[in-house]
Parts: sequence; C-alpha cells; structure tokens
Amino acid sequence: MAAKIKDINFLIRIPLTLAVIAFFCLPLMGLDPYGLGVLNQVGLYALLALSLNIILGHAGMFHMGHAAFFAVGAYTTAILNTGYGWPILATMPLAGLAAGLFALAVAAPIIHLRGDYLLVVTIGIVEIVRIALVNDIFGLTGGANGLVGIGRPVLFGFKLTRPHHFFYLIWGFTALSMLLFHWLEHSRFGRALNFIREDPVAAEGVGVNTSHYKLMAFVIGAVWAGFVGTIYASQMRTISPNSFNFWESVVLFTIVILGGSGNQKGVLLGAFLVVGLPEVSRGLQESRLLFFGAALIVMMIFRPQGLLPPKGRTYKLPSEVARS
Amino acid sequence: MEFFIQQLTNGLAVGGIYALIALGYTMVYGVLKLINFAHGDLFTLGAYLGFTCLVSFGLTGYIGVGASIAVCVALVMGLSALAGHILERAAYRPLRKSNRLSAVVSALGASIFLQNAIMLIWGAKGLAYPADLLPNIVVPIAGQPIPLIRVVVFLSSIVVMVGLYVFINRTRTGMAIRASAIDQGAAKLMGIDVRHVIAIVFMIGPALGGLAGVMVGVCYGQITFSMGQLYGLKAFTAAIIGGIGNIPGAMLGGILLGLIEAFGAAYISVAWKDAITFFVLILILIVRPTGILPERVAEKL
Repeated sequence: MAAKIKDINFLIRIPLTLAVIAFFCLPLMGLDPYGLGVLNQVGLYALLALSLNIILGHAGMFHMGHAAFFAVGAYTTAILNTGYGWPILATMPLAGLAAGLFALAVAAPIIHLRGDYLLVVTIGIVEIVRIALVNDIFGLTGGANGLVGIGRPVLFGFKLTRPHHFFYLIWGFTALSMLLFHWLEHSRFGRALNFIREDPVAAEGVGVNTSHYKLMAFVIGAVWAGFVGTIYASQMRTISPNSFNFWESVVLFTIVILGGSGNQKGVLLGAFLVVGLPEVSRGLQESRLLFFGAALIVMMIFRPQGLLPPKGRTYKLPSEVARS
Repeated sequence: MEFFIQQLTNGLAVGGIYALIALGYTMVYGVLKLINFAHGDLFTLGAYLGFTCLVSFGLTGYIGVGASIAVCVALVMGLSALAGHILERAAYRPLRKSNRLSAVVSALGASIFLQNAIMLIWGAKGLAYPADLLPNIVVPIAGQPIPLIRVVVFLSSIVVMVGLYVFINRTRTGMAIRASAIDQGAAKLMGIDVRHVIAIVFMIGPALGGLAGVMVGVCYGQITFSMGQLYGLKAFTAAIIGGIGNIPGAMLGGILLGLIEAFGAAYISVAWKDAITFFVLILILIVRPTGILPERVAEKL
C-alpha cells in the first residue's frame, strides 16, 4: 500500500519537475518581452502573496494591508539608492528590516483584534501609509509623483537591466522563498501558527504564546514584502504612492484565498490566475474586472477552500520512523 | 467663530450621510456577522440611479424640483433595496454555512462586480448633478449664512434615522431583527423566520445607502463610479466607532466621524483628512474595541 502511494507521488512529481524546468527555460526559448513582463509581474505578486500566506493562510489573521509593508520596503530602497547612492542589493536587508520594524510597531497594539476588526484596521493602515507618502512625509518620499531614477541591481559585477534578467532574479527568489517557507511551515513555528488558526483558545491552553507567534508571523511576512519592494523598485525604476493602494492589498488577499490559503502551490496558482489571466484576456477590455468579481463569488460558492487547499499534516507512526 | 460654525454645519451634513451608510453596515453585521463590502457600491449605485432619474429623465421639467426629488428618492430607495436583495440572494445566501473568510471574499467579489458594472453602464468619467438643481438659498444660523442644502441633508437624515429607530424598537419585525442579531438559534426556536429577517435587513440597509447616494449627488454635485470605496470605508469606520451591530451607535458614530473629519481638515490639515479618520479608527479599536455604544451582546474581541 505504502509503495503504491509512493508510485503515485512519483508519477505526479516527474511532469511537475519537467514543467518547472521548462518554465525556467522560457526566456531562452525566445518569449517576447511583453510575455516576460507579464511573468515578472506574476512573480512579484506571487512573492508578495507567499509572504501574506504566512499571516493569512497559516496564522489565519485577516490582513488586508500587505501593500503597506511592500511600500515601506520599496521606498527604503528608493530613498537609500537615489538619495545616498547605495547599491540596490545592499539596500535589500535594510528594506526588509524597515518593513519588519514597521510591522512590529503597527501590529503590536492590534494583534489581539478578532477577524473582521483586524481586516478593517489593516485597510486603515494601508491608507494611512499611502496618504503619508502622498504628503511627502519627512520630505523624503517625493509626494504624489514618487521617486524616479532608481538604479539597477548589480549581481557579481553583472548589471540586471533586461526583462529576462529580472525574470531569473524574481523567479529565482520565488523558488528560494518557497523552499524557506516550506521549512518554516514544517517547523515548530509553522505548527504553532496552524494551531492558532484552528483554535486559539486551545493553543493558548497548552502553552502556545499566541500573541507572540501572531506578531512574529506578521513580522516575517512584512520582512519578505520589504525584500520584494526592493526588487520592485529596481525593476520599475520609478515608484509612486498609487502603486501601494488598498486595491493592491485586495488583489493579494484574493490570490491567497482563491489559490488555497496555507498551500504554497495553491498561492502560486492563484497568482497566475489573478494577475496572469486579466493580462491574457485583454480582449475583454473594460469588462474583465466585471468577470473577475463574478468569478470570485462563484468560486467561493462552489469551492470556498480555494483551488488547491493544503493537505492535512501527516505524521509517521513511530514504527514507520524506525523503519525508514 | 464664523469658520467654526461653517465647519460644524459642514461636519453635521457629512456626518448625516456617513450615518445613513453606516446603518446598512451595522444592521447586516448585526444579523450575519459579515462586513458587506459591496454596501459602499450600492451607495454609488443609488447616486447614479438618482442622476438618471433626475437628469436623464428630466423629471424636474414636468413636476417641479421638490416633487421630482421626492419621486426620485422613493424610486432610488426602492431600486437600491431590490439590488440589495438580489445581492444577498446571489452572493451571500449560498455562503451562509461556510466560513467567514469565503463570505468576505464573496463580498469583495460583489463589490468589484458592482463597481465595474456601474462603470460600464454610466462610463468611467464622473458625472455631475446639475448645479442649479436647488435654488441657492442660505439660512442664517448663529448669524452665519449656511447653505440650505446642508440643513436639509442633516435634518432628513435625522428624520430617517428616527423613523428607523422607531421601526426597530416598536414593531414586530423590528423585534425580530433585534432578536436575530442577539441569538439566531434562539430566534429560530421562537418561530422567527431568520432568513426573512436577513432579507429585510438587506433591503433596508441598501435603501438607506441609496438615499445617502442621492444626498451626496444633490449636495456635492460630483459623483464617480469608485466613490463608494472611500465613503464605504468611512461609514464602516463610523459603525465601528459607534459599536458595530448597534443601531443608535451607527447614527452617533457617523455624525461624530463627520465632525472629526470637518474639524480635522479645518484645523489640522486638509491633505491628512482621510488619514485622520483611519487614525481615529485604530485608536478607538485599541482603547475601546467595542465602540462607544457597544453591541448589547458582549462579543469577545
């Protein structure tokens, strides 16, 4: 029986691996810059959604303000690069740190709020950040026009400028993030988050410090969103407050829920559908968001758990562990 | 002092509008524990329907301004109620049994759908209610000339709210709504048709939202297809300030928020007006998460 399951897993794994390899070969096979641009955008959203997945999918906190952390990261990079001449990749740790500290400061007082209340507060935070950026806070953010002339990342002396360079940067980072998050999911930390999502009272009861873990989930998600902000800023070279509005947070939220909150593959699929499909279906033009809205409703009615819901955690019996 | 009175009346008028929208949020939240994200867009729909009724049909040419606004308001409230009912049937009723997250996403989908439907029907450019719709009368209040329209908006919102308050507290249906909000299971056991109650709530709320939409059109002129987002968020903030699920709380919260915003814009900074609102929201939720008039049933936050 066990051997059979192994076979099936094996059968699925081969085409999946081939598909991933083929995907990474796409730029070499002469995909046009427009197609690459779409894929890069999908990748950025996928990265952001994967980081939101820690907060929303694993810890089960209704967080609809992820664009705020993304904005802090992107602006940190832009300010350090344009104002102080830092190289892009050197700003990346600081962008993550800034986003993480910001998350720590804003999330600490609201972490105890239940479901919907947290949702509304996080929407409020994203709006406050956007308004602060528009009003040129501290005289650093350049007001409504944003910051221009952000440099390109230089990796081991190689300057990334073309779409296919960014393709490898973005998707390489996505692969790395998925691996790290996979380990996180299967660690003590990941189990604690899932426990809190399923039953916070029981989790507290057996000694899980719920507010500490929730806060850490927020900070990890925010740090990652900050990193993505760096990549985004150097890819676009121009950032303005409107790229970080409430709507962006809604898109990220729907990617996670639609794909299957808590499952990284599902989130990836969600990013392709939510970001990729509207690009492909430009033929529908103005009415494509109308269909998107209707699709969300239909989807939630017929498949509320998302397209690829996470499989339950499985553990080996002690006897099996001993054998393997 | 002049400036103060101007801002006060301004804040009260805006507050009345927020309060009307907030009532829709709070009533739905009371019975379903769901943030109806599409409520802001039903408000926009009301504003656009009012525009069609007043301007495109040219009603004012036949029966005079006062009567045509009255007809228009009645029509808009009826149509908004219908739209709310359809929304509930299509997007929320099938999800009654599933978890809250799916309901939230369905609500977001409904909001996106409605907003884009409005954009496709009436166009992406904003519309303007005719400026000469109402004669530009000013009334002296405390020695200050105040535009009549502000007074009318504030007073009519108060009248509607008092009417709703009486309806909720004095009629059998109102009692059923209150009972369903406190404990749905027990309400069912007492023979209340909770499904019917939810349907009623989803008609009253959008009707009030539609009325608020017409008020914004008549009062400020400019309407856009995406205005429901910001008005909706603020009205929801008002509902939370007042204590979500609490009907008098939503009225109080709306008016309070209108005042905070008017004075904040006047004495602190216009550019930070919206940020002040959200800052107040966060402050309220940290200090007093149940709002100033909390829901009768204590809910653990």
